[in-house]
Amino acid sequence: MEIPESIKKKLTIPAEEHFYAGHTACQGCGAALGLRYVLKAYGRETIVTIPACCSTIIAGPWPYNTLDANLFHTAFETTGAVIGGIEAALKARGFKVKGEDGIMVVGWAGDGGTADIGLQALSGFIERGHDAVYIMYDNEAYMNTGIQRSGSTPYGAWTTNTPGGKKHFLEKRHKKKVIDIVIAHKIPYAATASVAYPEDFIRKLKKAQKIPGPSFIQLFAPCPTGWRSPTDKSIEIARLAVQTAYFPLFEYENGKYRINMPSTKREPKPIEEFLKYQGRFKYMNRGDIEVLQQWVLKEWETLKKLAEVFG
Amino acid sequence: MAGYKPIRKVVSGNYAAAYAVKHARVQVVAAYPITPQTSIIEKIAEFIANGEVENLQYVPVESEHSAMAASIGASAAGARAFTATSAQGLALMHEMLHWASGARLPIVMVDVNRAMAPPWSVWDDQTDSLAQRDTGWMQFYAENNQEVYDGVLMAFKIAETVNLPAMVVESAFILSHTYDVVDMIPQELVDEFLPPREPLYDLTNFERPFSVGALGTPADYYEFRYKLQKAMEKAEKVIREVGGEFGERFGRDYSSMIDLYRTEDADFVFMGLGSLMGTVKQAVDLLREEGYRVGAAKVRWFRPFPKEEIRELAKNVEGIAVLDRNYSFGMEGILFTEAKGALYNSKARPLMKDYIVGLGGRDVTVNDIRKIAENMKAVVERGEPDVEVDWYHLKR
Ligand SMILES: Cc1ncc(C[n+]2csc(CCOP(=O)(O)OP(=O)(O)O)c2C)c(N)n1
Ligand code: SF4
Repeated sequence: MEIPESIKKKLTIPAEEHFYAGHTACQGCGAALGLRYVLKAYGRETIVTIPACCSTIIAGPWPYNTLDANLFHTAFETTGAVIGGIEAALKARGFKVKGEDGIMVVGWAGDGGTADIGLQALSGFIERGHDAVYIMYDNEAYMNTGIQRSGSTPYGAWTTNTPGGKKHFLEKRHKKKVIDIVIAHKIPYAATASVAYPEDFIRKLKKAQKIPGPSFIQLFAPCPTGWRSPTDKSIEIARLAVQTAYFPLFEYENGKYRINMPSTKREPKPIEEFLKYQGRFKYMNRGDIEVLQQWVLKEWETLKKLAEVFG
Repeated sequence: MAGYKPIRKVVSGNYAAAYAVKHARVQVVAAYPITPQTSIIEKIAEFIANGEVENLQYVPVESEHSAMAASIGASAAGARAFTATSAQGLALMHEMLHWASGARLPIVMVDVNRAMAPPWSVWDDQTDSLAQRDTGWMQFYAENNQEVYDGVLMAFKIAETVNLPAMVVESAFILSHTYDVVDMIPQELVDEFLPPREPLYDLTNFERPFSVGALGTPADYYEFRYKLQKAMEKAEKVIREVGGEFGERFGRDYSSMIDLYRTEDADFVFMGLGSLMGTVKQAVDLLREEGYRVGAAKVRWFRPFPKEEIRELAKNVEGIAVLDRNYSFGMEGILFTEAKGALYNSKARPLMKDYIVGLGGRDVTVNDIRKIAENMKAVVERGEPDVEVDWYHLKR
């Protein structure tokens, strides 16, 4: 069917594919989708670094590479350092890095490899000002090793090392706000994004490409396997995460905050909306849900305030 | 002597390393400070500040783990990469040392031998580098500041020929902070000896995208390891060739992996690594005057291990006194194990005894070597060692 010009203009997601079929992600994997968008935004002249995580597997075993871009696999905690080293080498060799016509140096790491073991290297990377983009795909647990908690796992979630049982154990800490840690470095550009809002994600990727220095994007990427959710609900869950203000979308640029979604005028949907399709939350009782709800609203108020004062 | 005029400088071992980095036209240095390595990276930073080097990207990382990771990123992206560390820093890098060799990246690192803590010690001890034995890194032990300089230049050439990383090891303070005359090579001649790197793979080539370091299934992993061993075997040949070429071009020959000193007619020899062997050579001269027929066998390259050369040496001597400034707990000195291992299947198996010396910077003097010679002479005469492992300095 011929697409009318009026609609074509609204299609901001590049048509070309740089992520091959035949990858080995589970059905409904947010991470795989996210990686596909990254390559749509940056194209082939991209060097991607992936540490130990689900994406190591998704990208395929030797000698395969499901990415239509060069890929360097590295150790779990080293993404920030390795992309810094790659950037330095490209500069020493006289290549243009970042910007619209430069080689894109991208780190693609999970929440565990970012919020926990790789936090130090991430911090060093930002502080030194490398021209590269670090993307943390946030599936809120260590999926590659079989669904253990990470610092990014939310309150009340079941994981294999925070199980629910007769004594009701579950994750007892709130989600670590990695983005806040990143912003504390006064990074030129940081943003949250979601696979449910690809136009917004790609716009942010493009922005990260243009702004010199390090950029950081925290991408909300549902994991049906780890979240015990139906494979066809990933996008809906990701959308509800935004609409409930559990995972609001915003940007931080040169000291300024801008909320992209949800609307600051409307009340966020109740947190139960976000929890409903996910088996990982089924052990939560009313009290747990209330604790999470209060945390979400408090964080949301803080963000709104930041956007108001530093908008 | 080769026909060129060397540039004579009085420098510390660390500065010798820094000058070699400059002359090798290294493109990325990622490093983290630790005593006694620090002055290497400080000197390199000075070169940059004074505009004495072109195109050198200096990455002041937040840890040694990241120093090696950034060097790995840089080397994977085609640059000539260098870093330096000591002891705790090297231990922190351990995971990434495997990554460098597995990804076949010719990174060169200087390790300034320093004792591992606790107790804290900043002084000389070889256990830090020898504990990295199985990481797939080549290891060169420098006897003096000249060998630090020469070693770094050769290491780059060898590493880039076989696509394996290489460690140049110097001893804490004894070399790192002691000034000595070093003959440096004019830049044009270094450039002829060490042309720009041609990477095995280049992440900037997007013609046909590829991945490095992906999952290796049981169907393939094994062969990757075999290829790494093959590279080490090739390295032996390349080491001898490059060492010989270095001798022809610059007058200092490194064509053998063990440096033999007055061993031709020796009854027994001292075997060891690094700066310790400078003292031993001096002691050998004195002992010879006193009628001892002794020699020194300095093991220059610990990885790849000079098995063949040790077997050759063993044919001509009755005893080998191994001097280990290191220890593998639950066993013995590390060089002792290795040297014995090399000889097990060979016909010539001289008497061997292990002398543990100088751990944590304890001074090892010519007089100590004399005492060890007296003891070793008796051992050889008796035909068996009193003890296999002798904690030589122990306060009793
Ligand atoms: C030093 C080290 N410790 C532990 C591991 C084991 N490991 C591999 S992947 C992984 C979890 C990755 O989790 P995350 O970064 O959240 O990515 P995900 O798997 O969820 O995509 C762990 C613990 C490792 N590879 N290296
Ligand atoms: S476990 Fe989760 S993150 Fe990993 S591939 Fe499957 S869906 Fe994706």
